[in-house]
Amino acid sequence: MLELREVEVSYGNILALKGVSLTVAQGELVTLIGSNGAGKSTTLKTISGLLRPRAGALLYHRQPLDRLPPQRIVALGISHCPEGRRLFGRLTVAENLRLGAVHRRDAPGIRRDAERVYELFPVLRERSRQLAGTLSGGEQQMLAIGRALMSRPKLLLLDEPSLGLAPLLVGAIFDTIRQLKGEGTTILLVEQNARLALDIADRAYVMETGRIMLAGSAAELMHNPQVEHTYLGT
Amino acid sequence: MTIVFYLIQQLVNAVSIGSLYALMAVGLAMVFGILRLINFAHGDLMMVAAYFAAFALFAKLPLPLAILLMIAGTVLVGLLVERVGYRSIRGAPDVAALLTSFAVGQILQNGTLLATRLMQRPIQIAFPSPALLNGVVAFGSITVPRLNVVSLVTGVILLVLLSLFVTRTDLGLSMRAAAEDLPAAQLMGIDINRVIATAFAIGSGLAAVAGLLFAVQAGQINPYMGFTPVLKAFIAAVIGGFGSIAGAVVGGYALGALEVLLTAIPGIGDILPPGMVSPGVQAFLKQWLPGSLTSYRDAFVFVVLILTLLFRPNGILGQRGREEMQ
Repeated sequence: MLELREVEVSYGNILALKGVSLTVAQGELVTLIGSNGAGKSTTLKTISGLLRPRAGALLYHRQPLDRLPPQRIVALGISHCPEGRRLFGRLTVAENLRLGAVHRRDAPGIRRDAERVYELFPVLRERSRQLAGTLSGGEQQMLAIGRALMSRPKLLLLDEPSLGLAPLLVGAIFDTIRQLKGEGTTILLVEQNARLALDIADRAYVMETGRIMLAGSAAELMHNPQVEHTYLGT
Repeated sequence: MTIVFYLIQQLVNAVSIGSLYALMAVGLAMVFGILRLINFAHGDLMMVAAYFAAFALFAKLPLPLAILLMIAGTVLVGLLVERVGYRSIRGAPDVAALLTSFAVGQILQNGTLLATRLMQRPIQIAFPSPALLNGVVAFGSITVPRLNVVSLVTGVILLVLLSLFVTRTDLGLSMRAAAEDLPAAQLMGIDINRVIATAFAIGSGLAAVAGLLFAVQAGQINPYMGFTPVLKAFIAAVIGGFGSIAGAVVGGYALGALEVLLTAIPGIGDILPPGMVSPGVQAFLKQWLPGSLTSYRDAFVFVVLILTLLFRPNGILGQRGREEMQ
């Protein structure tokens, strides 16, 4: 479904991705783990078009993505739930959800999807008229995921959904991710909490300083001594 | 009673001049909100509008058609400025954008000069004010210049329409989202070029209306007339909270009220009817608030600007210490 071939991305003179290759197949949950600054978020931003690759190819259903502006990529069904949530804090919860579907023109479908988000996260319905900036951290993460779902994504890019959340909320968010996968959404998950990520993923890539160092099934990597030592802390 | 009439008249003046500042400030705020660009050429767009209106009226076009042409022409120039000038330097450091806005302003001024020369008109031309905007309106025994009433009503109507646009439409919602977090807005599938062009179009349209009203008020137009209004609009936007549309409106009216206050208070000792305050107070007012203080109005306005920047740097409506997420 998604394929990156030897993708290089630079910020000015600094090469952030030094030839990243990865694939995500339809229906899979693939996770990208690694330490801070490894290039995980950069990879997601490149897929969603916020950054342009310097070299390499990005293919989605065999179509090149790397010349398309972000809004066209969203329209193709790739939705990016960014790190730090990036909600519109001065807009209401309902307006944030509306923006998630702003490129769509099917009003009844949009209403149905908003309903579905409210069922997934009932607390958002209670707070629908509240400003997003006033929500708690957990509620904000729910809204960020809900907003990403409003574009009815075929491929969901999730960046650090557990960041800054209490363990109980992390559990709830990961239950939701599992549920989305169960419904057939393809997911590329970036996570610092490697254990959690490997727990729910089908396959995983380990990134270090702009390169993919290891790839394999989640179960395999879970028991890889190197991964255990560096990322699982055992 | 005269003092009541005086106050009402001054209030109408305050709201009418405030409307003009608000119409201008809103355009600055919309563009700054999204692009972090202080578009100092905004005043020159207003000037261009005044020339469009003047030439349309010289050509004896009926007023509604002249206004329509003026708005359409100014919006086109605004869109052209965005497409050619600002889009090509998007992402460049803020200073580059600021300098570009000065360059755009110069080009618009010189373009206008050239146009007046080609049409064999003097640089400074008397504005052919339409009769509809001249004269006074009487409400009972209160008379106010008709222009002030028109400015007030037009300003309020346009600003209400603008607020409906930004709160009730998808494009308006996208605009507010883009102003808050441009990359995040892109991730929503918002076409930011379209949103930015819309901000320029609306800003130019509102500046055009303000330009017509300014021109009627001044009675004459020249290619440099945009400087003071854009400066005042900038001050209004800063006082209200720069980058926010609501802040620009609040700042515009606040600045209008402040200016009228600064014009009305000096000399108050001369117009107070005898017996209203004790002779001692009246003498005190005459001595310390002479009418001649009015000429320091702009100096006082800048003092208020400095105080705002010192004590409420985010303006009347600005939230304190809002961090930007990167």
